[in-house]
Amino acid sequence: MIEVTNLTVRFGGVVSIDDMNATFASGTCGLIGPNGAGKTTFFNVLSGFVTPVHGAIVADGQDLLSMPDFLRARWGVRRSFQTEQAVEAMTVYDNVLIVHEHTAKGPRKTARSAVMKALEVTGLESRARTKVGTLPANERRLVEVARAVVGDPRLVLLDEPAAGLPEGETDQLASVIKSIPQNTNATVIVVEHDMSLVQACCETISVLDFGRLIASGPTREVLRDPVVLAAYLGTEDH
Amino acid sequence: MNTAATPTSHGALDRLMTPEAIRKAIPVVIVLIVGLFVVPAVLSSFWVKTLTTAAYYSIMAGGLALLYGRVGLASLGQVALSGVGAWVYARVFFATGLPTPILLLIAGLVTAVIGLALGLPALRLSGLYLSLVTLMTAAAVGVLISVLKFPNGGPGFDGVVRDLTDRKVITRPSIATGDVAYLRYCIIIAALMFALYVAHLVSKPGRAWASIAQSEPSALAAGVNITVYKLWAFVLVSFATGVAGGLLASDVGTLSSSNFPAQESLVLMAVVLMAGYHSLWGGVVAGLLTRLLPELLKDPDSALGWIIRRFHGDFKGVASTVGLILFGIGLLVNLVMSTRAMKKKGVIS
Repeated sequence: MIEVTNLTVRFGGVVSIDDMNATFASGTCGLIGPNGAGKTTFFNVLSGFVTPVHGAIVADGQDLLSMPDFLRARWGVRRSFQTEQAVEAMTVYDNVLIVHEHTAKGPRKTARSAVMKALEVTGLESRARTKVGTLPANERRLVEVARAVVGDPRLVLLDEPAAGLPEGETDQLASVIKSIPQNTNATVIVVEHDMSLVQACCETISVLDFGRLIASGPTREVLRDPVVLAAYLGTEDH
Repeated sequence: MNTAATPTSHGALDRLMTPEAIRKAIPVVIVLIVGLFVVPAVLSSFWVKTLTTAAYYSIMAGGLALLYGRVGLASLGQVALSGVGAWVYARVFFATGLPTPILLLIAGLVTAVIGLALGLPALRLSGLYLSLVTLMTAAAVGVLISVLKFPNGGPGFDGVVRDLTDRKVITRPSIATGDVAYLRYCIIIAALMFALYVAHLVSKPGRAWASIAQSEPSALAAGVNITVYKLWAFVLVSFATGVAGGLLASDVGTLSSSNFPAQESLVLMAVVLMAGYHSLWGGVVAGLLTRLLPELLKDPDSALGWIIRRFHGDFKGVASTVGLILFGIGLLVNLVMSTRAMKKKGVIS
């Protein structure tokens, strides 16, 4: 459960997030909006890369904004990026291990079982020893997800997890994302332009437009909301 | 779960015995055999001495390859840092006469502390700053050493005898006083330093460095403490460079600031870029090139001289500075080619 109160982010004169108030309940939530709406900026605030002008974010009772950036991953904030970040020359196993060994303490055996569990959740267990650079595009995207779910995440932020994938190749990804809350108890927020993926894996969605939250609620209802349609498609009086 | 395809164990022995590791170990064994046994049997004393210098230059060059290729840090003061190691080695040698391995360890540790002090402010900033700080340090070390002079057994902190009548020299380790024995000694220490690099690269710090080199935001999101791991790399390489400085001190006996000119650090970095920084082998090749090429060019009877004589009959050898020009050309060719390769891969437009 994430509660965002009066969050405002400015880059010089540009207001990227404008007095955002939102609640992300546990489960998988979608965060959509046109380009430049402030979705990635919101993720950057949660990760600690961007400091807001004012506002508060409380995640599972913890004030996130007062936590140093590199400690947030240890607390349980995990994320993927629009572009692939896994090291191509390293194996799938080692790429997932990097995240685990810097976010969790414990013996090597626990690390191994945590990494293998993340690979199972993402369906990559047979690829453990394969170098990421040799994987097909859809599996490389799954590696990014595996890196975000290894160990004990509390908040999983997926920034365009299907970017670069052709239509029709996102089914496996959608079912993997949908299964994250059951497998890890984490709250998942997905930023995505592919609406079929959003519909397939998110129970609720929130919509950002020009840094303002314009709608949120159950996926089907929000996607039919005239305000949301206007933001995406544009109308004369908008 | 398909257990056959999953890593069955991540024990140290299992990791060491993978086919890939064995394949990678073969060239190491060959190079060690050539360096330890073939070179002393075949080459003259002059080339044995030159290869001895190449052995400890390889330690520095390997460190540069690790810093630049694996972590993305460009240090331009490595030779000067080896000067710090050499100074400490010389001072402690005259003061205590401890055995060489302990002196090397002390030289490495003190240089690592100096590296820590340099890296701490520089690494909190990004990109160019480490290069600038290390380059300025290289110049400053040169000035300091010319003022302080190298210790030669005298009294006081600097240990310099003002009267040259009873100038002492740093002696080589008792088990390796001869040139061939000292070459072997240096190769073994260099192999140990490379083993230290490799041990880091295949474990947690190596993975963290790879993640930092890939993208700092992504490393941060993975919980990697970027400053600590960058500093770790810099301190590790400073340690090995200090040890290399100790080997140099023990090799030449009497030192002067001319052993560690600031531009030598730049040349070494250029040669590492040219020789290939993605692999530690680039460090070995760079160490050999920096030391061997100028000598090969000077000597009309060397293998290179023989080849040049085939085309240019009255070749009498050229000044070793021609090597610098060749390194410059090599670096330019490398830059042009890597820019093309990056364009081809779509990294830059």
